[in-house]
Amino acid sequence: MNDKKKINLRQASVPIMFIIICIFCIPLSGLSPKMLINEIITRMGRNAFLILSLLIPIMAGMGLNFGMTLGAMAAEIALILVCDWQIVGVPGMVLAAIISVPISVLLGIFCGKILNRAKGREMITSYIMAFFINGIYQIVVLYLMGKVIPIKHSSIKLPRGYGIRNTVSLLSMRQKLDNMLAINVAGVKIPLLTFIIIAIMCLVIVWFRRTKLGQDMRAVGQDMEVARDAGINVERTRIISIVISTVLAGFGMIIYLQNMGNIATYTAHSQIGMFCIAALLVGGASVDKASIGNVFLGVVLFHTMFIVAPRAGAYITGDSMIGEYFRVFVSYAVITVALIMYETNKRKAKSAASMKLKEAQDEE
Amino acid sequence: MDRNSAPLLTMQGIKKDFFGNQVLEDINLELRPGEVLGLCGENGAGKSTLMKILFGAADIAETGGYEGDIFLDGQKVSFQTPFEAIAAGIGMVHQEFSLIPGFDATENILLNREPEKHNYVSEIFGDRLNTLDRSEMDTRAKNAIEKMGVEIDRHMMINTMPVGHKQFTEIARELSKEQLRLLILDEPTAVLTEREAASLLDSIRGMSERGISVIFITHRLQEVLSVCDTVAVMRDGVLVECVPAAETSVAAITKSMVGRSVGTSQKREIKNSDGAKTILKIDRLWVDMPGETVRDVSLEVKEGEILGIGGLAGQGKLGIPNGVMGLYEAGGTVEFDGKVIPLGSPRECLDSSFAFVSEDRRGVGLLLDESLEWNVAFPAMQIQNKFLKKYLGGLIKWRDEKAIREVTEKYINELQIKCTSSKQRAKELSGGNQQKVCLAKAFALEPKLLFVSEPTRGIDVGAKALVLDALRKFNRENGVTVVMVSSELEELRMTCDRIAIVSGGRISGILPADSSTEEFGTMMLSGVV
Ligand SMILES: Nc1ncnc2c1ncn2[C@@H]1O[C@H](COP(=O)(O)OP(=O)(O)OP(=O)(O)O)[C@@H](O)[C@H]1O
Ligand SMILES: [Mg+2]
Repeated sequence: MNDKKKINLRQASVPIMFIIICIFCIPLSGLSPKMLINEIITRMGRNAFLILSLLIPIMAGMGLNFGMTLGAMAAEIALILVCDWQIVGVPGMVLAAIISVPISVLLGIFCGKILNRAKGREMITSYIMAFFINGIYQIVVLYLMGKVIPIKHSSIKLPRGYGIRNTVSLLSMRQKLDNMLAINVAGVKIPLLTFIIIAIMCLVIVWFRRTKLGQDMRAVGQDMEVARDAGINVERTRIISIVISTVLAGFGMIIYLQNMGNIATYTAHSQIGMFCIAALLVGGASVDKASIGNVFLGVVLFHTMFIVAPRAGAYITGDSMIGEYFRVFVSYAVITVALIMYETNKRKAKSAASMKLKEAQDEE
Repeated sequence: MDRNSAPLLTMQGIKKDFFGNQVLEDINLELRPGEVLGLCGENGAGKSTLMKILFGAADIAETGGYEGDIFLDGQKVSFQTPFEAIAAGIGMVHQEFSLIPGFDATENILLNREPEKHNYVSEIFGDRLNTLDRSEMDTRAKNAIEKMGVEIDRHMMINTMPVGHKQFTEIARELSKEQLRLLILDEPTAVLTEREAASLLDSIRGMSERGISVIFITHRLQEVLSVCDTVAVMRDGVLVECVPAAETSVAAITKSMVGRSVGTSQKREIKNSDGAKTILKIDRLWVDMPGETVRDVSLEVKEGEILGIGGLAGQGKLGIPNGVMGLYEAGGTVEFDGKVIPLGSPRECLDSSFAFVSEDRRGVGLLLDESLEWNVAFPAMQIQNKFLKKYLGGLIKWRDEKAIREVTEKYINELQIKCTSSKQRAKELSGGNQQKVCLAKAFALEPKLLFVSEPTRGIDVGAKALVLDALRKFNRENGVTVVMVSSELEELRMTCDRIAIVSGGRISGILPADSSTEEFGTMMLSGVV
């Protein structure tokens, strides 16, 4: 009993480290509790869905996967088109979601096929591949849009007549989803509809684990050879897991961007993968295991730190630029530290059982 | 079994060659429903190959298929993949486990054959989105385990199970297939304790009563006699004998297996090394090896002796070498030749001229895709710079191909490894011959201390004495200290000078090898947990 607690404590060490950082920074940041909670709630609604999209490839043994970046690009293309067609509000978002699906599926299949050739190195392969697809995305957005794909409105076009501007305003959709059914509890705005969608997504994931496909993914994730011998189509199962992830990431990106209110056409997707993975790790997930609980804990901790750390940094140094710098530095550091800590934890967890033996020996 | 019923399986004129090397010649075999056929034969006789042909294994098709006809229920069949064989009612339990480690027994038994429940989503997106019917899974797994007649915990995770239970999980998986009519078991008892082996034999009898035919391969001939209806003996790819079990005996089977009668190893002197210096000192060792936990072992090995480590399976004897070599988490101190060697770093062990042959020949034993030469010489080359020609004062090192071939051929002869040449790839050898290569590899290292674990696992009766003799010769002639772990007491008594018995994770005593079986027996049972 006691032992079990000890092991859990060790597993929780990453989240605990961040809780300590947050506790240390919150008073220094000078934010009122109400403001802080407001911020956290906003970011939870903004990011949770995106992070949830990471869970399924982890289940299939494909690790923390940057394949979601592809889904994010698909969503951006869809949103730009819908924006140009001037379909506003929630219907516009639904349409964008529908348009993003075929693009996400195609990219997901492509990504899955490549990752099937790089078994065991999915994380780094998908990271590099995201760069490659980013190149294609830029061709589409910078040249084809306006030249091949008709874009009517000059507000999103570059002055030269083709290509998309650096930022595309989503004013017509801005927080439309969040404001629908929003409630106000003691000055804190809660975007109820967004949360309901996220809750439904969680239920879907729980349900998915109990399906045949979910079971196959878990089997494939643990031992591909055995799964193949049992007749499971390993390659196909892995591709499906990536496709599900890209499609969900596309939906997640639409939710994210409607909250932001504009698209940073050339950069929005590139950091989103990094931030989502960092948040999930901070929530206590590992490369081969992640739960819904990790997602929410991760969002809260990672973003609390994101909100308070720059201000605390500015307070200590008196320079606001330092704070900005600090913010980027921290998120990259988080991934590195989390990965290292998990490696050590894995080793420690292995020896924990052995320590028991040693103790038993010493007691005699 | 009804001797007059129509045969379930008929094999006619089966021939197989691997690139010109004829391994099966004109095999004719018949099997009736409910019949249990024991398949015996020396290492490399072709038993596994014959079964792979029947089961449609991929390596048969890849190496050019086979000649001859197989009839199932009078219908001609030729399986290209195991799935076709499974669909036709054939099941096979391989020696290597094919289980998902993080799934429990139930999930493994029904892997990819889970009962499902339809739902609205799956109506649209296809059957893979059906949910699993957990309660039905549970019932089916329970039934399969009951059919097997051996009690295993169906909710236990595979990675926490002892080896024997993994084996039973695999068998239960085959039994859970409703269409199963013929079960092939390739050396299933090699990893089992005596008690487990006995329950497996019981469960084979049960299957036979239910009308399932069983082909049972083993090197323990006593098992064949006690459970089989018919015994088929193969020698060099030829089926030399197929007789009812009631009409044969261990001696007769052995004789037709090897073509001569096998005498037991001659009587030999027991060396007393009490005065010799201690070469290996193990102090308060604990090892966390699942199913073979070592709790507190202290042991001194004298230079030049052969020390046996015996005991019932699951009591920890296998944990000792694995812990010392650092293959599992371990603690305590190990002193070799006066130096403390850190646990958990195999390379350091090897540097201290301390060689190790694992009981798990597939896991850590061989480079299966490499040639025999490479397998035998590589560690010696890597660790001790042997078989290297030096030029320019050692600046350039060149592999000495000739020396490598010579040493490999020496051991091929000595251990009678059955192969086409020293350049053959290790994975093309039969199971027993791979085991011999593992030993040759350790011999080539010429270590000061050799730690062998289950050296005769999977080796046929004829070759057992040969392997043990080689081990003893290696000890006596090269002065190499040998520590040998084995579950067969007779084997230890034939080979060793002293035997330590492990029970309940501790050493319960050490006796000279010529002590009586009763003395050893009492000791084995003394601390059992
Ligand atoms: N893939 C292969 N390529 C070439 N030769 C092979 C291959 N597989 C098996 N052989 C050869 O076929 C012969 C028969 O091997 P098989 O595995 O059937 O023996 P076995 O009777 O099962 O022996 P054991 O008791 O040692 O398991 C051996 O000489 C082996 O070298
Ligand atoms: Mg074999």
